[in-house]
Amino acid sequence: MNAISDNKPIETPARSRRKMPTELSILLVLIGIGLIFEAFGWMLRDQSFLMNSQRLVLMILQVSIIGLLAIGVTQVIITSGIDLSSGSVLALSAMVAASLAQSSDFGRAVFPSLTDMPVWVPVMAGLGVGLLAGVINGSIIAITGIPPFIATLGMMVSARGLARYYTEGQPVSMLSESYTAIGSGAMPVVIFLVVALIFHIALRYTKYGKYTYAIGGNMQAARISGINVKRHLVIVYSIAGLLAGLAGVVASARAATGQAGMGMSYELDAIAAAVIGGTSLVGGVGRITGTVIGALILGVMASGFTFIGVDAYLQDIIKGMIIVVAVVLDQYRNKKKVKR
Amino acid sequence: MLSSAAMTQNVARPVSQTSEYLLEIVNVHKGFPGVVALDDVQLRLRPGTVLALMGENGAGKSTLMKIIAGIYQPDAGELRLRGERVEFQTPLQALQAGVAMIHQELNLMPHMTIAENIWLGREPLNPLHLVDHGEMRRRTQGLLDRLNIRLDPNDLVGELSIAARQMVEIAKAVSYDSDVLIMDEPTSAITETEVAHLFAIIADLKSQGKGIIYITHKMDEVFNIADEVAVFRDGAYIGLQRADSMDGESLISMMVGRELNQLFPQRKAPIGERVLSVRNLTLDGVFRDVSFDLRSGEILGIAGLMGSGRTNVAETLFGVSPSSSGEIIIDGETIHMTSPCQAINKGLALLTEDRKDTGIFACLSVQENMEVAILPRHTGGGFVHEKALHELCEEMRRTLRVKTPSLEQCIGNLSGGNQQKALLARWLMTNPRILILDEPTRGIDVGAKAEIYHLIAKLAEQGMAVIMISSELPEVLGMSDRIMVMHEGEVMGFLDREEATQEAIMHLASGIKALH
Repeated sequence: MNAISDNKPIETPARSRRKMPTELSILLVLIGIGLIFEAFGWMLRDQSFLMNSQRLVLMILQVSIIGLLAIGVTQVIITSGIDLSSGSVLALSAMVAASLAQSSDFGRAVFPSLTDMPVWVPVMAGLGVGLLAGVINGSIIAITGIPPFIATLGMMVSARGLARYYTEGQPVSMLSESYTAIGSGAMPVVIFLVVALIFHIALRYTKYGKYTYAIGGNMQAARISGINVKRHLVIVYSIAGLLAGLAGVVASARAATGQAGMGMSYELDAIAAAVIGGTSLVGGVGRITGTVIGALILGVMASGFTFIGVDAYLQDIIKGMIIVVAVVLDQYRNKKKVKR
Repeated sequence: MLSSAAMTQNVARPVSQTSEYLLEIVNVHKGFPGVVALDDVQLRLRPGTVLALMGENGAGKSTLMKIIAGIYQPDAGELRLRGERVEFQTPLQALQAGVAMIHQELNLMPHMTIAENIWLGREPLNPLHLVDHGEMRRRTQGLLDRLNIRLDPNDLVGELSIAARQMVEIAKAVSYDSDVLIMDEPTSAITETEVAHLFAIIADLKSQGKGIIYITHKMDEVFNIADEVAVFRDGAYIGLQRADSMDGESLISMMVGRELNQLFPQRKAPIGERVLSVRNLTLDGVFRDVSFDLRSGEILGIAGLMGSGRTNVAETLFGVSPSSSGEIIIDGETIHMTSPCQAINKGLALLTEDRKDTGIFACLSVQENMEVAILPRHTGGGFVHEKALHELCEEMRRTLRVKTPSLEQCIGNLSGGNQQKALLARWLMTNPRILILDEPTRGIDVGAKAEIYHLIAKLAEQGMAVIMISSELPEVLGMSDRIMVMHEGEVMGFLDREEATQEAIMHLASGIKALH
């Protein structure tokens, strides 16, 4: 087992993940899926799937919301944790933000005295709600040591309940124009890409990123190496919460309404995007670029299946299978790479 | 122990079966990516004998035993059991064919009783095909009685001492009634009384015609119970001799392939002023009243059996598990150590015992593994100074001669010795004044071992204060200026370089205070 001799030089070719990034293979998968739908398009509908700017824009817009969640969730998964609460937190912050973004033209506002607020008020409130949820998630996990699955499951249920309780299930509509501008046009895509870039850089070039990978790689060793693991976990979950809050703001602005049922099961799509993008649930491995591509794969599939007229229920069945296959392949790849 | 030795003399050798040998290993070859673990290895075991297997860590003994027990499959070569060729794809097949193994690390379920552990997977069933707990208990009691082990079958394994667990593990292996029994360092965690007990069991098994392969590092055990000794070095089979034809010296030179004193560097010890004082350090329920001083340039060895609290002392010093009471004084300043981060800032470094569990980040690169402890010192505005760190790591890699294709290589792909050197690099980059090494050479080969010994010696000469915890007595004896011996959470005594011998250490480690 440890019978390794230093006298014999190790001449195995350096097949590190840096040399052949997993992103490349996922990107090829994305292109492949796109081309398959392209072929189906010409066969079944006699039109192009890819050469349709309207469809592509719509697809990327839809991907942006889940993508924002996935960027946060990816970081959580890299620490070998999980965040099940992102979809619910999105709904809660959408409700809170929307309730502060209503215009005074509307007679039945949630807070009649708080209408026509400057746009930063609802935005900050939405982000704040997300951040708070993340801080609570992270603190519970760091202090009590209960599994992240349970802690965020609790948050998932509670936040959804709170979102409903907030207006007793009523949607919040008639939002101010300055607020809905956040979700109009290509804004969601821009926000998504900027956030992706920020965290791509943060994970690769900052102490924050290095610590995140270290904690996921080996929590004990990270602690011994002088990393304040608990504090760092709180930070990571807080960032995931903040991004869920941001997603809530963008989603409610785009829909021009806040609804308690928003983002239902988005947390699973976000986790799926991360995992398809090569993030390992064991921790220590994962990149934002992969997650972005993973989210795009989900988006292309949803859009493509609708395009060629696959039944919505059937879509879910196929999506489920693809997620499982992605993880199986990932595990197989890891087994080949990490020996012993 | 004497009685057991006497018993071995009167053993009636069973009539030889179809083959003279119970087990034969012919030209077995096993490689792992990048290394050859076993190269063209032979071994044979006669019924009714004990074959001791010796060799440095990493010599390939454990790999070979895992092949015999069906855990690994050989790349080439064959196994013959009672003259017939066998191939074990799983440990279960090996067990069914009559090969059982007692592993170095304990494989018991802490939340299950002794009886449940022993009969795991082959529980006696009642007519309704449900587990028959009464029968299981009776059988366990019978087995324990036969082996003279005084434990209650209904006790939870998690509540037993390490030594008692080891005895359960032995009982479990015996319960398979196998012809071939492999014991991988069964005495590393038990005291002399239990060793004598084990030897009596071994003698009994021998008289029943069983063949026993016994892996050990302890010379006295070899000469006590072994009929034959096989020696391995660097994955190669060196030779097999009758135990009574050898002495300690010849065995060591066979194992190491050179004189032992070359392994440990000669060191002029300019021991300087006191750096660390520990006074009555206590961690409730684990260790108590540990006091010692450490001077710069000094290497203090800590010896003791597994579970004696030596690792816990190191962890408490390093703030991993803060002390319940007592003082840690560094440069005259009393410090309550509460986190590794604080310890690092105070100039401490801890190379942990278990490289895999608490050392490496297996999925990260060599550089990421090296730099992790000094990141706070090399960041500006949150951003890591990648280039400076790369140069620093590259320099360390050269100094410590870490063999890796590049710093970007996954550390999991490196050999144990090189992983250990990379971890040592991690800690040396923090410029520690007090270096704590817990089993610094566990599971690495002789070559890397010698390099690490020389490095430690050099660091001490440069004025670093070193605490070295080790289970390997030759290592403790060869390296330390002073040795502190622990037993069940208490310091039993200190031995100076001149008065330290293997026997003296083992005496104290077994809890016998009065030495003379």
